[in-house]
Amino acid sequence: MRKVYSNILKIEGDVITVRAENIANEELAEITTSRGKTLAKVIRLEDDLVYLQVFAGSKGISTGDEVRFLGHPMKVTYTENMLGRIFNGSGEPRDSGPALEENMLEIGGPSANPTKRIIPQEMIRTNIPMIDVFNSLVKSQKLPIFSISGEPYNQLLARIALQAEADMIVLGGIGLKYDEYLYFRNTLEEGGALNRSIFFMHTAADPKVESLMVPDMSLAVAEKFALEEDKDVLVLLTDMTNFADALKEIAITMEQVPSNRGYPGDLYSQLASRYEKAVDFEGAGSVTILAATTMPGDDVTHPVPDNTGYITEGQFYLHDGMIDPFGSLSRLKQQVNDKTRDDHRAIMDNMIQLYAQYKETEEKKSMGFRMTEWDKRLLKYGDKFVSGMMDLSVNIPLEKALDRGWKILAECFKKEETGIKSELVDKYWPDGTPEISAEEGQEEKSEEADKKEEVTEEKKEE
Amino acid sequence: MSKTKGKITGINGNMITVKVDGDVIQNEIGYAVVGEEKLKSEIVRIRGDIAFMQVFEDTRGLKVGDVVEFTEEMLSVEVGPGLLGMVYDGLQNPLEDIAEEFGYFLKRGALVEALDREKKWNFKPNVKPGDKVTAGSKLGFVDEGIFDHPIFVPFDFRGEAEIDTIVSKGEYTVEKNIAKATDENGEQHEFQMYFTWPVKVPIEEYEERKLPEDPMVTQTRIVDTFFPIAKGGTYCIPGPFGSGKTVLQQVTSRFAQVDIVIIAACGERAGEVVETLKEFPELQDPRTGKSLMERTIIICNTSSMPVAARESSVYTAVTLGEYYRQLGLDVLLLADSTSRWAQAMRELSGRLEEIPGEEAFPAYLESRIAQFYERAGLVELGDGEQGSLTIGGTVSPAGGNFEEPVTQGTLKVVGAFHGLSRDRANARRYPAIDPLESWTNYNSFIEQDKVDRAVDVLKRGDEVHQMMTVVGEEGTSLDDYVFYLKSEFLDNVYLQQNSFDEVDGKSSVQRQKYVFDKVLRILEADFDFEDKKEARDFFNKLRSIFIDWNYVDLEDDEFQKQEGEIDKYLKEKSAEKFGEDRKGLEDFSDEAQLEEEIEEEEKQKSEKEKTDGSQKSKKGNAEKGTDKKSKDDK
Repeated sequence: MRKVYSNILKIEGDVITVRAENIANEELAEITTSRGKTLAKVIRLEDDLVYLQVFAGSKGISTGDEVRFLGHPMKVTYTENMLGRIFNGSGEPRDSGPALEENMLEIGGPSANPTKRIIPQEMIRTNIPMIDVFNSLVKSQKLPIFSISGEPYNQLLARIALQAEADMIVLGGIGLKYDEYLYFRNTLEEGGALNRSIFFMHTAADPKVESLMVPDMSLAVAEKFALEEDKDVLVLLTDMTNFADALKEIAITMEQVPSNRGYPGDLYSQLASRYEKAVDFEGAGSVTILAATTMPGDDVTHPVPDNTGYITEGQFYLHDGMIDPFGSLSRLKQQVNDKTRDDHRAIMDNMIQLYAQYKETEEKKSMGFRMTEWDKRLLKYGDKFVSGMMDLSVNIPLEKALDRGWKILAECFKKEETGIKSELVDKYWPDGTPEISAEEGQEEKSEEADKKEEVTEEKKEE
Repeated sequence: MSKTKGKITGINGNMITVKVDGDVIQNEIGYAVVGEEKLKSEIVRIRGDIAFMQVFEDTRGLKVGDVVEFTEEMLSVEVGPGLLGMVYDGLQNPLEDIAEEFGYFLKRGALVEALDREKKWNFKPNVKPGDKVTAGSKLGFVDEGIFDHPIFVPFDFRGEAEIDTIVSKGEYTVEKNIAKATDENGEQHEFQMYFTWPVKVPIEEYEERKLPEDPMVTQTRIVDTFFPIAKGGTYCIPGPFGSGKTVLQQVTSRFAQVDIVIIAACGERAGEVVETLKEFPELQDPRTGKSLMERTIIICNTSSMPVAARESSVYTAVTLGEYYRQLGLDVLLLADSTSRWAQAMRELSGRLEEIPGEEAFPAYLESRIAQFYERAGLVELGDGEQGSLTIGGTVSPAGGNFEEPVTQGTLKVVGAFHGLSRDRANARRYPAIDPLESWTNYNSFIEQDKVDRAVDVLKRGDEVHQMMTVVGEEGTSLDDYVFYLKSEFLDNVYLQQNSFDEVDGKSSVQRQKYVFDKVLRILEADFDFEDKKEARDFFNKLRSIFIDWNYVDLEDDEFQKQEGEIDKYLKEKSAEKFGEDRKGLEDFSDEAQLEEEIEEEEKQKSEKEKTDGSQKSKKGNAEKGTDKKSKDDK
């Protein structure tokens, strides 16, 4: 079975072609070059021609190099010993630890049976108010963080990794800068989370094709831990745009007809087959996926974020170092935010509406319109909201964040101006805050009515 | 199994090329044998002795030289009793049975029969020995839930045959040979309770297709009043992600007043199907009192399931829809999303190395879309009964831009267009159907003239709004401003609807007619305002109390009371006689409508002197249990 071939016919991009028989689709091969060994995967068969995608890239491969087929598809180890370890895009150790070869597991397995899923209903707390309060993360959710280069999306992911209520973390780095890789490692180490984490790290310096395996390996391991050990696994992938770009590169090398901006026609299916691995299994653990997706040119209609948005259950927009309350959406939040505290939804809806009004006022201000008393209060509210809630350095549990929400409201508005049900206001309104005088609020009656209306609209959504 | 055998010569993704040693049929099904597993595949192109086949499963581990077995059959589904309430994948494998057998994952090559082979059905024969039958003749009936399910002579049966034997009334499984017949050539045939039908061939076992006229009530106000769909019609819902396509379809699948709903979850999120899957069995269908699941079939080929099966899933769904239409029922097929289906075609086309059309979609994209939607329709069946199949498909345009091939190809062939807008979704104006861009070719149960008048208010309001963004509120006249407020009022209290509310979520025909009359009167009334602030305050309050009214059940005493309050409030600012000359609720009731229809029906009956009105009577209101069950009498 393990025949060796040493006549490479074609080398194009990172794809090589050899003549060989009895080779299975997606089988792995090992190529021995003068620089060492690399793995390759069969991506196409045509009579006795075998096309292989070389993980380490084709650079330096000689037409006389040896190709040895391994007789099995890509596998990854699955053992407790993986915790705290760091692997590269081919599944080999990146740290100084020993190679692990027990319990090998095929990656990219079949899709979960929809009838074996359960409706997601458990919240994952992250202690980040913009997530916990306004767009709760739910176990088994798949959510991308849409961002642009330069934004602190990796810092955000690292914080979520440290603070999220998950049994273990699998971090898949795709085309990560080496510094960022070190940042992740150090942060998790300092936070004491390394021993419940597994890293699959592909850095920007590594060959691009090698990154294609990272999501599959991360997810295969996560899935196994969820099923066999009932673990709630959080998978972090960064950056999925690099993954899509690697797909594009291979597709173009293979002369596939590109569909949109050079990306292959199956981009949606490729992304979906990874994201859909986020499952809450009936009677076992769960897999939750958070993935950074950088938007080239901050364009959400770019094929990668666009296709991702159609697949995932919402998205977080990271703008100016903060999670933008507009556009950010957790589609599953209403499954959980009625089970936390009775004021959760009210605070969520009303604070965002007031923030929207603040944004309008800010715009008015920049155009030089006269600021009314109400406008001034909105501006005050906006500042407090940004610094007390939106700022990513804010690190408080959900209940504290809700209390802080009430405090901010009380500092800026009268009870009835918040548009919140009086029952809740009576229960949570902080004592001892100075009542804002009556005439201050008067001229804005109509806006008040507006607000109330929007509340009902918002409720419709729920 | 066919004698023809093949050997794989090439593998490219889910496309294999096979060298065959005999005759093969275009779209024939074959099985690629890999170890223990047999992977279902379909021939999509033939060149000499090379067949190009798309494999409905992951092709990992296939080798050049592996054997392919052919079946001489095209991709088919099983039709017969027992389809309702099932959850199938795109190839009609029952997912619940697969879960039972194989656990958490969809095992490759798992083949499970679509119809339960063990279940016994209570069969009542309808023919006797000596009777002549043809394709589509009813051999008997079984009870499937609330329906009397006829057992047909297969629709592809040729010629006429004489019944030799038929089983007596009793309990049988679907595989039981219930009848034997001899055709004109003296050949003997055996009939079971089910048969197979190729999914890409429309079922045309009807007398004639008719023009869809009766509205299919979805209980969503903006749809039923402004952009209605007819039974047997087609419509599409394009919209960017996050605009609420799937929610809109879920709501429709719950509240639509049809007999059967088929949900084709084609390449979308599995989580959304799970919601339907877990919630429908718990929800009650107000028309029948049974669980909603009993009128539902789910075809579920979600985004991570194999792509080729996604391509067939919409065909599987539409074939099952056509089959139930043959039973004389009103069927609604909801396909979410047809863009994923089109993408599956694109992937296949790319692997076949066809010359690409726009955005790399194949050149035949438009004709495929047209063929699919054309399978909808209102038909007159052989015995005077009518059946309808309505198709509604969502479209997920890349980047939310409607100028793309799938949206454009769909718009050409559908009868109604419900365009969802991101702006409306962002403003949380749900359902986010854009009232100025959407259109329909079908008639509402509300007079067209009234609808047009309301649309005019929307248009004028929009113009004023556009103007206001330039000249500001100060530069707008009071009259224009009031128009703007009126259009906002219409939007807020009528176009928007809370689909998650028990009462507001579903708005009956009666309620829509009644409330729309009221809204229209307000839109056309003259009000006396001092200034814009007063006008704005007035409409804000009005909007608020009107929305409260939307949340009150029609049957509730509160309904009349709150309406009185609205009238009182209106009269503060208008000379109109709100509430004084109003028609009673009864005038809009479904009973009133039903009576009218029965009268009409009786007229028809006396003309034709035969029962043919089962369709008509059903249309009235089964909610109140007034279904005449004329079908059962046959």
